[in-house]
Amino acid sequence: MGLRNLKQWKSFAIEALNQSFLVAKFLCFLHVTNTYLCTVALTYGPSMLPTLNLTGDLVLAEKISPRIGKVGPGDVVLVRSPVNPRRVVTKRVIGIEGDSVTYVVDPKNSDRSDTIVVPKGHIWIEGDNIYDSNDSRKFGAVPYGLLQAKVFWRVLPPKDFGPLGQRAK
Amino acid sequence: MGSGNILWSLAKNYFTVGLIGLTISDRYASVVPVRGTSMSPTFNPQTSTFWGSSIDDCVLVEKFCLEKYKFSHGDVVVFSSPSNHKERLIKRIIGLPGDWIGTPHSHDVVKVPEGHCWVEGDNSLSSMDSISFGPDLLESVYAALHISWFVLM
Repeated sequence: MGLRNLKQWKSFAIEALNQSFLVAKFLCFLHVTNTYLCTVALTYGPSMLPTLNLTGDLVLAEKISPRIGKVGPGDVVLVRSPVNPRRVVTKRVIGIEGDSVTYVVDPKNSDRSDTIVVPKGHIWIEGDNIYDSNDSRKFGAVPYGLLQAKVFWRVLPPKDFGPLGQRAK
Repeated sequence: MGSGNILWSLAKNYFTVGLIGLTISDRYASVVPVRGTSMSPTFNPQTSTFWGSSIDDCVLVEKFCLEKYKFSHGDVVVFSSPSNHKERLIKRIIGLPGDWIGTPHSHDVVKVPEGHCWVEGDNSLSSMDSISFGPDLLESVYAALHISWFVLM
Protein backbone atom coordinates (compact mmCIF):
# COMPACT_ATOMS: atom_id res chain seq x y z
CA MET A 1 0.00 0.00 0.00
CA GLY A 2 2.73 2.42 1.00
CA LEU A 3 4.82 1.41 -2.01
CA ARG A 4 2.01 2.21 -4.45
CA ASN A 5 1.58 5.67 -2.93
CA LEU A 6 5.30 6.23 -3.29
CA LYS A 7 5.15 5.25 -6.96
CA GLN A 8 2.24 7.63 -7.54
CA TRP A 9 4.05 10.48 -5.85
CA LYS A 10 7.17 9.77 -7.87
CA SER A 11 5.35 9.84 -11.21
CA PHE A 12 3.47 12.95 -10.10
CA ALA A 13 6.75 14.63 -9.19
CA ILE A 14 8.33 13.70 -12.52
CA GLU A 15 5.29 15.03 -14.38
CA ALA A 16 5.39 18.30 -12.42
CA LEU A 17 9.09 18.67 -13.12
CA ASN A 18 8.54 18.17 -16.83
CA GLN A 19 5.74 20.72 -16.95
CA SER A 20 7.72 23.32 -15.04
CA PHE A 21 10.68 22.72 -17.32
CA LEU A 22 8.41 23.37 -20.26
CA VAL A 23 7.17 26.59 -18.69
CA ALA A 24 10.75 27.66 -17.95
CA LYS A 25 11.72 27.03 -21.58
CA PHE A 26 8.78 29.10 -22.77
CA LEU A 27 9.69 31.98 -20.45
CA CYS A 28 13.28 31.90 -21.65
CA PHE A 29 12.04 32.00 -25.23
CA LEU A 30 9.87 35.02 -24.37
CA HIS A 31 12.79 36.77 -22.73
CA VAL A 32 15.11 36.23 -25.69
CA THR A 33 12.48 37.42 -28.15
CA ASN A 34 11.69 40.47 -26.05
CA THR A 35 15.33 41.41 -25.59
CA TYR A 36 16.86 40.64 -28.95
CA LEU A 37 14.09 40.60 -31.55
CA CYS A 38 10.91 42.53 -31.02
CA THR A 39 9.11 44.14 -28.11
CA VAL A 40 5.77 45.75 -27.43
CA ALA A 41 5.49 49.18 -25.88
CA LEU A 42 2.69 51.40 -24.67
CA THR A 43 3.41 55.02 -25.41
CA TYR A 44 1.56 57.95 -23.90
CA GLY A 45 2.05 61.65 -23.49
CA PRO A 46 1.96 64.71 -25.72
CA SER A 47 5.58 64.84 -26.83
CA MET A 48 5.12 62.89 -30.06
CA LEU A 49 1.93 64.54 -31.34
CA PRO A 50 0.63 64.28 -34.03
CA THR A 51 2.50 61.07 -34.82
CA LEU A 52 1.48 59.26 -31.64
CA ASN A 53 -1.78 59.83 -29.79
CA LEU A 54 -1.99 61.58 -26.45
CA THR A 55 -3.86 58.82 -24.66
CA GLY A 56 -1.58 56.00 -25.62
CA ASP A 57 -0.63 53.79 -28.51
CA LEU A 58 0.50 50.21 -28.54
CA VAL A 59 3.52 49.91 -30.80
CA LEU A 60 5.86 47.19 -31.93
CA ALA A 61 9.54 47.94 -31.75
CA GLU A 62 12.37 45.86 -33.07
CA LYS A 63 15.66 45.48 -31.28
CA ILE A 64 17.86 44.41 -34.18
CA SER A 65 18.50 47.82 -35.72
CA PRO A 66 20.09 49.45 -32.66
CA ARG A 67 22.37 46.45 -32.23
CA ILE A 68 23.73 46.59 -35.78
CA GLY A 69 23.86 50.36 -35.84
CA LYS A 70 21.14 50.91 -38.41
CA VAL A 71 19.34 53.69 -36.55
CA GLY A 72 19.39 57.02 -38.34
CA PRO A 73 17.72 60.41 -38.47
CA GLY A 74 13.95 60.23 -38.83
CA ASP A 75 13.50 56.98 -36.90
CA VAL A 76 11.11 56.81 -33.97
CA VAL A 77 12.95 55.05 -31.17
CA LEU A 78 12.52 53.86 -27.61
CA VAL A 79 15.26 55.35 -25.45
CA ARG A 80 16.06 54.89 -21.78
CA SER A 81 15.71 58.33 -20.21
CA PRO A 82 19.08 59.83 -19.13
CA VAL A 83 17.51 61.57 -16.15
CA ASN A 84 15.56 58.58 -14.86
CA PRO A 85 16.94 55.17 -15.79
CA ARG A 86 13.73 53.39 -14.87
CA ARG A 87 11.78 55.16 -17.64
CA VAL A 88 11.79 54.45 -21.33
CA VAL A 89 10.69 57.32 -23.58
CA THR A 90 9.65 57.45 -27.23
CA LYS A 91 11.25 60.13 -29.39
CA ARG A 92 12.48 60.70 -32.93
CA VAL A 93 16.16 60.66 -33.85
CA ILE A 94 17.18 64.00 -35.33
CA GLY A 95 20.91 63.51 -35.62
CA ILE A 96 23.60 60.92 -35.04
CA GLU A 97 27.25 61.41 -34.11
CA GLY A 98 28.97 64.03 -36.18
CA ASP A 99 25.75 65.62 -37.42
CA SER A 100 25.20 69.31 -36.98
CA VAL A 101 21.73 69.79 -35.46
CA THR A 102 19.83 73.10 -35.41
CA TYR A 103 17.02 73.23 -32.92
CA VAL A 104 14.64 75.76 -31.42
CA VAL A 105 15.59 76.07 -27.77
CA ASP A 106 12.29 77.18 -26.26
CA PRO A 107 9.52 77.49 -28.89
CA LYS A 108 6.86 78.56 -26.37
CA ASN A 109 8.74 81.67 -25.30
CA SER A 110 11.15 82.70 -28.02
CA ASP A 111 12.34 82.03 -31.55
CA ARG A 112 15.97 81.51 -30.62
CA SER A 113 17.59 78.53 -32.24
CA ASP A 114 20.92 76.89 -31.53
CA THR A 115 23.22 74.65 -33.47
CA ILE A 116 25.18 71.82 -31.95
CA VAL A 117 27.43 69.07 -33.24
CA VAL A 118 26.41 65.69 -31.86
CA PRO A 119 29.41 64.20 -30.01
CA LYS A 120 30.89 60.81 -30.84
CA GLY A 121 28.84 57.87 -29.69
CA HIS A 122 25.74 60.00 -29.03
CA ILE A 123 22.43 60.74 -30.74
CA TRP A 124 20.14 63.76 -30.66
CA ILE A 125 16.47 62.99 -30.04
CA GLU A 126 13.46 65.30 -30.15
CA GLY A 127 9.75 64.81 -29.78
CA ASP A 128 7.58 65.65 -32.80
CA ASN A 129 5.69 68.12 -30.61
CA ILE A 130 8.52 70.48 -29.72
CA TYR A 131 6.23 72.69 -27.64
CA ASP A 132 5.69 69.98 -25.06
CA SER A 133 8.58 67.57 -25.18
CA ASN A 134 11.35 66.79 -22.72
CA ASP A 135 14.14 65.75 -25.04
CA SER A 136 17.74 66.39 -26.06
CA ARG A 137 17.06 70.13 -26.00
CA LYS A 138 16.76 69.79 -22.23
CA PHE A 139 19.07 66.91 -21.32
CA GLY A 140 21.57 67.01 -24.17
CA ALA A 141 22.71 64.34 -26.58
CA VAL A 142 22.04 60.82 -25.45
CA PRO A 143 24.65 58.02 -25.63
CA TYR A 144 23.92 55.47 -28.32
CA GLY A 145 23.99 52.72 -25.69
CA LEU A 146 20.72 53.98 -24.23
CA LEU A 147 18.81 53.14 -27.41
CA GLN A 148 16.45 50.33 -26.65
CA ALA A 149 14.48 49.68 -29.84
CA LYS A 150 13.24 51.16 -33.10
CA VAL A 151 9.50 51.52 -33.51
CA PHE A 152 8.21 50.19 -36.81
CA TRP A 153 4.51 49.30 -36.39
CA ARG A 154 1.49 50.60 -34.54
CA VAL A 155 -1.08 48.09 -33.27
CA LEU A 156 -3.55 50.15 -31.23
CA PRO A 157 -5.80 52.13 -31.63
CA PRO A 158 -7.23 50.01 -34.47
CA LYS A 159 -7.88 52.95 -36.74
CA ASP A 160 -4.16 53.72 -36.77
CA PHE A 161 -3.01 50.16 -37.36
CA GLY A 162 -0.07 50.22 -39.74
CA PRO A 163 3.57 51.12 -40.15
CA LEU A 164 4.93 54.15 -38.38
CA GLY A 165 6.35 55.96 -41.36
CA GLN A 166 9.23 58.34 -41.51
CA ARG A 167 8.37 61.98 -41.54
CA ALA A 168 10.13 63.95 -44.25
CA LYS A 169 12.76 66.01 -42.42
CA MET B 1 16.65 8.93 -41.56
CA GLY B 2 17.64 7.76 -38.08
CA SER B 3 20.68 10.00 -38.06
CA GLY B 4 18.49 12.90 -39.20
CA ASN B 5 16.30 12.38 -36.14
CA ILE B 6 19.31 12.26 -33.84
CA LEU B 7 20.67 15.44 -35.38
CA TRP B 8 17.33 17.14 -35.00
CA SER B 9 16.95 16.23 -31.33
CA LEU B 10 20.55 17.27 -30.71
CA ALA B 11 19.88 20.61 -32.35
CA LYS B 12 16.76 21.06 -30.23
CA ASN B 13 18.72 20.30 -27.07
CA TYR B 14 21.47 22.75 -27.93
CA PHE B 15 18.90 25.39 -28.78
CA THR B 16 17.14 24.91 -25.44
CA VAL B 17 20.38 25.04 -23.48
CA GLY B 18 21.40 28.15 -25.41
CA LEU B 19 18.11 29.88 -24.69
CA ILE B 20 18.25 29.12 -20.99
CA GLY B 21 21.92 30.09 -20.75
CA LEU B 22 21.27 33.38 -22.53
CA THR B 23 18.35 34.21 -20.25
CA ILE B 24 20.32 33.45 -17.13
CA SER B 25 23.30 35.44 -18.34
CA ASP B 26 21.06 38.39 -19.18
CA ARG B 27 18.95 38.49 -16.08
CA TYR B 28 20.84 36.93 -13.23
CA ALA B 29 24.59 36.49 -13.47
CA SER B 30 27.37 36.17 -15.99
CA VAL B 31 31.15 35.98 -16.26
CA VAL B 32 33.22 38.72 -17.85
CA PRO B 33 36.98 39.02 -18.34
CA VAL B 34 38.67 42.17 -17.11
CA ARG B 35 41.07 43.76 -19.59
CA GLY B 36 43.51 46.51 -18.87
CA THR B 37 45.00 47.80 -15.67
CA SER B 38 42.68 50.68 -14.82
CA MET B 39 41.36 48.75 -11.84
CA SER B 40 44.64 47.45 -10.52
CA PRO B 41 45.48 46.30 -7.92
CA THR B 42 41.89 45.14 -7.46
CA PHE B 43 41.85 43.37 -10.81
CA ASN B 44 44.83 42.48 -13.01
CA PRO B 45 47.46 43.53 -10.51
CA GLN B 46 50.44 42.62 -12.68
CA THR B 47 51.24 45.22 -15.27
CA SER B 48 54.41 43.74 -16.68
CA THR B 49 54.55 40.27 -18.12
CA PHE B 50 57.33 38.46 -16.41
CA TRP B 51 56.54 34.85 -17.21
CA GLY B 52 55.05 35.57 -20.61
CA SER B 53 51.49 36.74 -20.93
CA SER B 54 49.60 37.25 -17.68
CA ILE B 55 46.07 35.98 -17.67
CA ASP B 56 43.18 38.41 -17.28
CA ASP B 57 41.05 38.18 -14.20
CA CYS B 58 37.56 36.84 -14.74
CA VAL B 59 34.77 38.13 -12.57
CA LEU B 60 31.29 36.99 -11.74
CA VAL B 61 28.80 39.76 -12.20
CA GLU B 62 25.23 39.84 -11.02
CA LYS B 63 22.41 41.63 -12.76
CA PHE B 64 19.74 41.89 -10.09
CA CYS B 65 20.67 45.53 -9.54
CA LEU B 66 19.38 46.39 -13.00
CA GLU B 67 15.77 45.95 -11.86
CA LYS B 68 15.75 49.01 -9.67
CA TYR B 69 19.02 50.71 -10.68
CA LYS B 70 20.04 50.95 -7.08
CA PHE B 71 23.77 51.29 -6.65
CA SER B 72 25.91 52.34 -3.71
CA HIS B 73 29.24 54.07 -3.31
CA GLY B 74 32.13 51.74 -3.87
CA ASP B 75 30.30 49.32 -6.17
CA VAL B 76 32.37 48.08 -9.06
CA VAL B 77 30.27 48.15 -12.19
CA VAL B 78 30.55 47.18 -15.83
CA PHE B 79 29.00 49.64 -18.27
CA SER B 80 29.19 50.67 -21.89
CA SER B 81 31.34 53.66 -22.67
CA PRO B 82 29.36 56.82 -23.56
CA SER B 83 31.65 57.55 -26.50
CA ASN B 84 31.52 54.06 -27.93
CA HIS B 85 28.56 51.88 -27.08
CA LYS B 86 30.31 48.70 -28.11
CA GLU B 87 33.13 49.16 -25.62
CA ARG B 88 32.55 47.93 -22.09
CA LEU B 89 34.39 49.49 -19.19
CA ILE B 90 34.73 48.41 -15.60
CA LYS B 91 35.10 51.02 -12.86
CA ARG B 92 34.12 51.86 -9.33
CA ILE B 93 31.23 54.18 -8.45
CA ILE B 94 32.55 57.17 -6.53
CA GLY B 95 29.56 59.51 -6.69
CA LEU B 96 25.79 59.04 -6.93
CA PRO B 97 23.22 61.60 -8.17
CA GLY B 98 23.38 64.72 -6.05
CA ASP B 99 26.92 64.20 -4.79
CA TRP B 100 29.58 66.86 -5.16
CA ILE B 101 32.84 65.56 -6.60
CA GLY B 102 36.16 67.39 -6.53
CA THR B 103 38.19 67.02 -9.71
CA PRO B 104 41.91 66.67 -9.01
CA HIS B 105 43.25 68.49 -12.04
CA SER B 106 41.14 71.61 -12.05
CA HIS B 107 40.03 73.18 -8.82
CA ASP B 108 36.39 72.70 -9.75
CA VAL B 109 33.72 70.94 -7.79
CA VAL B 110 31.17 69.13 -9.93
CA LYS B 111 27.68 68.11 -8.88
CA VAL B 112 26.60 64.73 -10.24
CA PRO B 113 23.32 65.32 -12.14
CA GLU B 114 20.17 63.26 -11.77
CA GLY B 115 20.38 59.91 -13.54
CA HIS B 116 24.18 59.99 -13.71
CA CYS B 117 27.01 58.69 -11.59
CA TRP B 118 30.70 59.39 -11.25
CA VAL B 119 33.03 56.47 -11.82
CA GLU B 120 36.75 56.16 -11.38
CA GLY B 121 39.26 53.38 -11.80
CA ASP B 122 41.26 52.25 -8.79
CA ASN B 123 44.51 52.84 -10.63
CA SER B 124 44.38 56.58 -11.04
CA LEU B 125 47.37 56.64 -13.36
CA SER B 126 45.94 54.74 -16.30
CA SER B 127 42.21 55.04 -16.22
CA MET B 128 39.74 56.57 -18.64
CA ASP B 129 36.85 57.49 -16.43
CA SER B 130 34.58 60.26 -15.32
CA ILE B 131 37.59 62.52 -14.98
CA SER B 132 37.90 62.41 -18.73
CA PHE B 133 34.31 62.16 -19.88
CA GLY B 134 32.26 63.95 -17.24
CA PRO B 135 29.64 62.38 -15.04
CA ASP B 136 29.05 59.00 -16.53
CA LEU B 137 25.56 58.01 -17.50
CA LEU B 138 23.94 55.85 -14.91
CA GLU B 139 21.83 54.13 -17.44
CA SER B 140 24.59 53.73 -19.94
CA VAL B 141 24.96 51.16 -17.26
CA TYR B 142 22.63 49.05 -19.38
CA ALA B 143 25.10 46.27 -19.04
CA ALA B 144 25.82 47.43 -15.56
CA LEU B 145 26.47 44.60 -13.31
CA HIS B 146 27.19 44.72 -9.69
CA ILE B 147 30.25 42.67 -9.05
CA SER B 148 29.61 40.52 -6.05
CA TRP B 149 32.76 38.45 -5.95
CA PHE B 150 35.53 37.66 -8.32
CA VAL B 151 37.33 34.52 -9.23
CA LEU B 152 40.90 34.47 -10.37
CA MET B 153 41.20 32.27 -13.43
